[in-house]
Amino acid sequence: MEVSYYPGCTLKTNGKNFEVTTLKLLEKLDVDVKELEEWYCCGVTFSQSEENLIQKVAPIRTLVKAKEAGRKKLLVLCAMCYNTLKRAVKFIKDNPDKRDVIHDFMDRESTKYFGDEVEIIDLLSLLKLIGREKIREVVGDKRLNLKVAGYYGCMLLRPRDIAIDSETNPTLLEEMLENFGLSPVYFPFRVECCGSYQILNNSDFVRKQTRLIVSSAIENGADFIVTLCPLCFYNLDEVQKEIAEEDSAFKTIPVMYISQLLSIAAGISPEINDFNLHSIDPRPVLREKGLL
Amino acid sequence: MEPKVSIKLPAKDAARVERFAEITGVNVFACYQCGNCSASCPATEFMDVPPHQVMRYLQLEMFDEIVKANTCWICAACITCTAKCPRGIDIAKAMEGLRQIFLEEQEFARYNIFDIKKKVLEKLPQIALVGNFRKNIL
Ligand code: SF4
Ligand code: SF4
Repeated sequence: MEVSYYPGCTLKTNGKNFEVTTLKLLEKLDVDVKELEEWYCCGVTFSQSEENLIQKVAPIRTLVKAKEAGRKKLLVLCAMCYNTLKRAVKFIKDNPDKRDVIHDFMDRESTKYFGDEVEIIDLLSLLKLIGREKIREVVGDKRLNLKVAGYYGCMLLRPRDIAIDSETNPTLLEEMLENFGLSPVYFPFRVECCGSYQILNNSDFVRKQTRLIVSSAIENGADFIVTLCPLCFYNLDEVQKEIAEEDSAFKTIPVMYISQLLSIAAGISPEINDFNLHSIDPRPVLREKGLL
Repeated sequence: MEPKVSIKLPAKDAARVERFAEITGVNVFACYQCGNCSASCPATEFMDVPPHQVMRYLQLEMFDEIVKANTCWICAACITCTAKCPRGIDIAKAMEGLRQIFLEEQEFARYNIFDIKKKVLEKLPQIALVGNFRKNIL
């Protein structure tokens, strides 16, 4: 299988553990991944305003590049990029007149993107496509003694028309954990919002959410929380550390990108991770479980 | 003599109503005030007016009340309300429409990058910064 790859800004910096471990994992699963030679910041949040077309230009520009690259699928790892790109594509598909305005505006691009040429795919759906058999072939029959709380967040599930799974009761993440020999932990706050970019305006809101999500994962017996979004990662990891510094009774749990754990399960050395990018160091738990 | 009661209705705001419809296409009259949006919204406790009440103000065209409220600025665009609305109303989109109207009218930029502490910037993912700018700057 071959896919083009759109990293987005954060996966090249603070979120690079997500990129590094995913690329290694997919290599092991025989997926040919090629990063787009040219890509742009997607704009992060999709403007829901019908007439705010300028905010839809950046994602469409990237899709033009993906079309020119010639591969049928574009892998987007960051949940926020996924959401923005996927919705922008849907928008121009549903609104041909507005698509024409956007095309007219993009005078550097000779290619036009209409909406169906390249399929945007997230990591979980790609793993599903690769299939359980192939994954078991790479991972083997072993099971790691790890209980993992899969945190979906918002951007992969809402709105409904771009959701990777059921909006309210998804199972795809847990299914993938299971395929890699990890034990999924279902916890009630797995589809709740972490507070998102409001970390900059209203950190109390994010703190409240982090507390709820983290405590719920711990109460349900998890060793780790995994996420697919660098902003969820920050809000759950760094903000969790801040809460713990102020409240000694508060229990913490390490947060990882899902690919960090899946790659370990697939026998890839954890050394490829930069653990300095974690606020709650996952190494003690990894050591305790004999994985480091 | 018959007692007289007078009720003063707030001024309706036709221009903003029209602008709101133009930007969002949301039919606020579909709302039957069940409160599911406010119950599911993770930020309700930080809002001085909860989402379902904003919907009511929209029905009554009472934009002045909505301008005074912090609701659309506290909203994190998580789309939970929309997912939970039994009437299929896109409340998250309504919030976006309100943000855009108020930015157009008054401030254009509600956010100053210099307010962010340097220490925060070291670890903060870019998507938090860009996302926040997109919602607070026109
Ligand atoms: S959930 Fe929908 S119908 Fe119920 S109050 Fe909110 S907007 Fe109105
Ligand atoms: S989109 Fe905004 S109003 Fe709706 S649930 Fe999320 S934070 Fe609340």
